[in-house]
Amino acid sequence: MSAVPSTEQVEPTGPGGTEHPTVSREDVAHLAHLARLAVADEELDRYAEQLDVILHSVAAVAAVAADDIEPTSHAVPLINVYREDVVRPGLTPEEALAMAPAADAGRFRVPQILGEEQ
Amino acid sequence: MSLNEDLTRMSAVELAHAVQTGEASAVEVATAHLDRIAAVDGAVHAFLHVDREGALAQAAAVDAARAAGNPPASPLAGVPLALKDIVVQKGVPTTAASKILEGWIPPYDATITTKLKEAGIVILGKTNLDEFAMGSSTENSAYGPTGNPWDLTRIPGGSGGGSAAALAAFEAPLAIGTDTGGSIRQPAAVTGTVGAKPTYGGVSRYGLIALASSLDQAGPCARTVLDAALLHEAIAGHDPRDSTSIPEPVPAVVQAVRRGQGDGIKGMRIGVVTQLGGEGYQPGVLDSFRAAVAQLAALGAEIVEVSCPHFEYALAAYYLIQPSECSSNLARFDAMRYGLRVGDDGNHSAEEVMVATRGAGFGAEAKRRIMLGTYALSAGYYDAYYGSAQKVRTLIKRDFEGAFGAADVLISPTTPVTAFKIGEKVDDPMAMYLNDLATIPASLAGIPAMSVPSGLAADTSLPAGLQIMAPALGEQAMYRVAGAYEQARNAAAGFALLDRIAALPTAAVPTAAAGR
Repeated sequence: MSAVPSTEQVEPTGPGGTEHPTVSREDVAHLAHLARLAVADEELDRYAEQLDVILHSVAAVAAVAADDIEPTSHAVPLINVYREDVVRPGLTPEEALAMAPAADAGRFRVPQILGEEQ
Repeated sequence: MSLNEDLTRMSAVELAHAVQTGEASAVEVATAHLDRIAAVDGAVHAFLHVDREGALAQAAAVDAARAAGNPPASPLAGVPLALKDIVVQKGVPTTAASKILEGWIPPYDATITTKLKEAGIVILGKTNLDEFAMGSSTENSAYGPTGNPWDLTRIPGGSGGGSAAALAAFEAPLAIGTDTGGSIRQPAAVTGTVGAKPTYGGVSRYGLIALASSLDQAGPCARTVLDAALLHEAIAGHDPRDSTSIPEPVPAVVQAVRRGQGDGIKGMRIGVVTQLGGEGYQPGVLDSFRAAVAQLAALGAEIVEVSCPHFEYALAAYYLIQPSECSSNLARFDAMRYGLRVGDDGNHSAEEVMVATRGAGFGAEAKRRIMLGTYALSAGYYDAYYGSAQKVRTLIKRDFEGAFGAADVLISPTTPVTAFKIGEKVDDPMAMYLNDLATIPASLAGIPAMSVPSGLAADTSLPAGLQIMAPALGEQAMYRVAGAYEQARNAAAGFALLDRIAALPTAAVPTAAAGR
């Protein structure tokens, strides 16, 4: 289960391009929702201000990122690495469940998942 | 000075020798350091957990092996070590300094931990850090800040402030750090200790709690270059459990240090990076750096100036790439299988519990970076932010390739400023991020880089560090220069930097209180 669906669109609040739009408290609330983070109402303005300063500083990358430059995703070139498909010892069920917030009948017990929006 | 105090002042090399010759038992060595932790860590707060029982058992095993006539498990057998609390150790609490992992007991050992145990290195406990290693001051720890042993009102750097402080406080002669944008090197610089970030993939990431997977790299921290090299060889090497681990032999860095100390560095080309100095750097730090350059020249190195024009954009690229990877990695803390769970009262859904748990469990900096990363990766802004940052990473790698055409190693000050006051920059994220100005380029390029003490900055009387960078898998050149420089600086000054640190306040803390 991923708490951060990164493909969802962030609502733009202004024109796109290299100049980022000002980050509003509504933007922070939306980002917090996407990242499944509870952020208190009284903290929204402070985060908006801080994220705005940071985004303004980091937007400089667009100035030199010409179309013909290949992106680097990793420091060293990566190739697929495979291992032999052999059985190896893993955690026992008891070890896997030992640190669970809640367990029941040899399984992780989770809060209700039915009745949600999706 | 009692025998115990003597033992805590010794280098790892000296301690290993003492254990091997029977001059001191491993249990005596471990006990001396545990007692030192009990006496000073109330003031320093380098440790989040002290594993007295486990450490003494490991030490006893070293002594038993020696008594049975077995050769030492490694050149560091019986030497104590402080482990950054982002590296998992089976059965010992690991928090990453986050409330979301409070009380979590890992069911397995990191590869580093396994290698340390197999080498007979005695793990004393887990050290403080910025939450999930994001920060430059250790103030982002959910369990309170660590003091810099040079001045307890100042930061010990970050994120590995606990590991660096443990060394400078003589609580341990060795420590493990992890470096994503400077978290080994910057704490080393501001505490007057040595820290090395290996080539990306040089040390296994299996069992490291991930912050930014394309940048994270664990490495050795110590009080001397030789001790760091010995620890480097103990933890490095290919690991089939980490698919980004490099399938190459471990560079012979111990031999490289001895070569630097014995044969020197005459004829080596050392490049001073134009862009890593000047504006934003404290005058005392620059003076210390200039003195280091003069010392290297006096050793017969050829000093050249190299230009890396895109380093100007490194900080910006880093603070897009790192939060992006961080937001993805920290998505695993979802309150379902381990860690904190808040609001599970039968009325709230899994999603509501997840939101509440992450809100309660993550600190302010973690939330900032998760939201930044979510923003940078989102469909409307991906190209302008994350995509551009990845292109800048290419440009920085090209700058390094050009520079290493003209020089064997590159040098700069490790940090722009010496240790600042606790609380001074905590509400100003950009001011905090600027501490990583000089360390980030090597992180983005995945090359090895280390920090060696370059003396006290004249304007603050606090330690400054010399950063030495080498091409990928070029650790030997880096350690050779570090070994020669350390020896020359100590000889010229007449003392090692840490010899001049003031005594810490000691308290007769009961042993149990040293643990959290």
